[in-house]
Amino acid sequence: MSKDWPLWEVFVRSKNGLEHRHFGSLHAADAEMALENARDVYTRRNEGVSIWVVESKHITASNPEHNAELFEPAQDKVYRHPTFYDIPDEIKHM
Amino acid sequence: MSEDQIKNLEAQFEARIARDEKIEPKDWMPEKYRQTHIRQISQHAHSEIVGMLPEGNWITRAPSLRRKVALLAKVQDEAGHGLYLYSACETLGVSREELYDQLHTGKAKYSSIFNYPTITWADIGAIGWLVDGAAIINQVPLCNTSFGPYARAMIRVCKEESFHQRQGYEIMMTLANGTPEQKEMAQDALNRWWWPSLMMFGPTDAESVHTAQSMKWKLKRKTNDELRQQFVDQTVPQAELIGLTIPDDDLKWNDKRKSYDFGPIDWDEFWQVVKGHGPMNKERMNARVSAWENGEWVRDAAVAYADKQKEYKSKQAV
Repeated sequence: MSKDWPLWEVFVRSKNGLEHRHFGSLHAADAEMALENARDVYTRRNEGVSIWVVESKHITASNPEHNAELFEPAQDKVYRHPTFYDIPDEIKHM
Repeated sequence: MSEDQIKNLEAQFEARIARDEKIEPKDWMPEKYRQTHIRQISQHAHSEIVGMLPEGNWITRAPSLRRKVALLAKVQDEAGHGLYLYSACETLGVSREELYDQLHTGKAKYSSIFNYPTITWADIGAIGWLVDGAAIINQVPLCNTSFGPYARAMIRVCKEESFHQRQGYEIMMTLANGTPEQKEMAQDALNRWWWPSLMMFGPTDAESVHTAQSMKWKLKRKTNDELRQQFVDQTVPQAELIGLTIPDDDLKWNDKRKSYDFGPIDWDEFWQVVKGHGPMNKERMNARVSAWENGEWVRDAAVAYADKQKEYKSKQAV
């Protein structure tokens, strides 16, 4: 029985000036093949100018169960937003 | 987890979907949601993969280079769609190998339409026009479905699908405007593909067991019968425009409903094909399984090469 090809995550920059964005995943034996497959699977219609691939097992993801402790503390910190501060009306732009 | 806690989680989950929130792979989900999605997404992926076979049959015999590059690109798209969908399905914790295994052993289904043969070039036109046309109607609502990876895959699929339908219609139109023999060939393909295409929307609402649950999870936005009606209403004028006749004596415009009435579907045929007794079920599976088995040495060689490269690199580092 053959060994299964590992899973890779694919990130594509759609044009210069934009960041690489997650496009999906695929299986490949190694990084080089992952790049070639990514080109065929995700960029058949000029969707990209640059591709990153990374083996899925190297990604560490946060757990949605911990969302409260991770993200809620930011909710009551209104002083991080410009609208929290009073300035005179005469100042039009700041 | 206690039963009460699970009930509570389920209620929260249903509320999130009702609010149009998306569910992502690591979120808590009811087991039934996971299983239903694995079943539907993998069935969808299998259909894309098996769907390459009837069309692949004509690549080497396409009547011109223009038709050939278009058909090649279309078949390559189907492979891509299968791959997007398999990877969306894998985010639910099932492996690609398990999915292939389910297809190859006949445990998983794929769309019955691909169990019909492509005996003339006009069949390639009919598939693009009718089969892809029906698929688009089925698929567009899925771009908005509740499971994030499935919805994202479907957006990509739908973007690519409309070229498929147009290339098919163009083939039919060209044949219909050609010699009497060519027109007859187009009509014959329409005659054979029309009813199986109507069956692609699944059993009637009265017979469909999953509809209520699927509506709730936004796996469906309209019922099978509503979608089928939409397909008929959209396709009849397209046939008329190129001078082809829909093979249904009961077909007529209903001015009250502002829709076409159409004749009864042969559901016995549908269930026969679903159960494996269609004209091409065996051949499709044989072709698929032997492609997989004959490719095994290539997959093994790729892994052996990757391992060797890794070993070589780590030795160099020392």
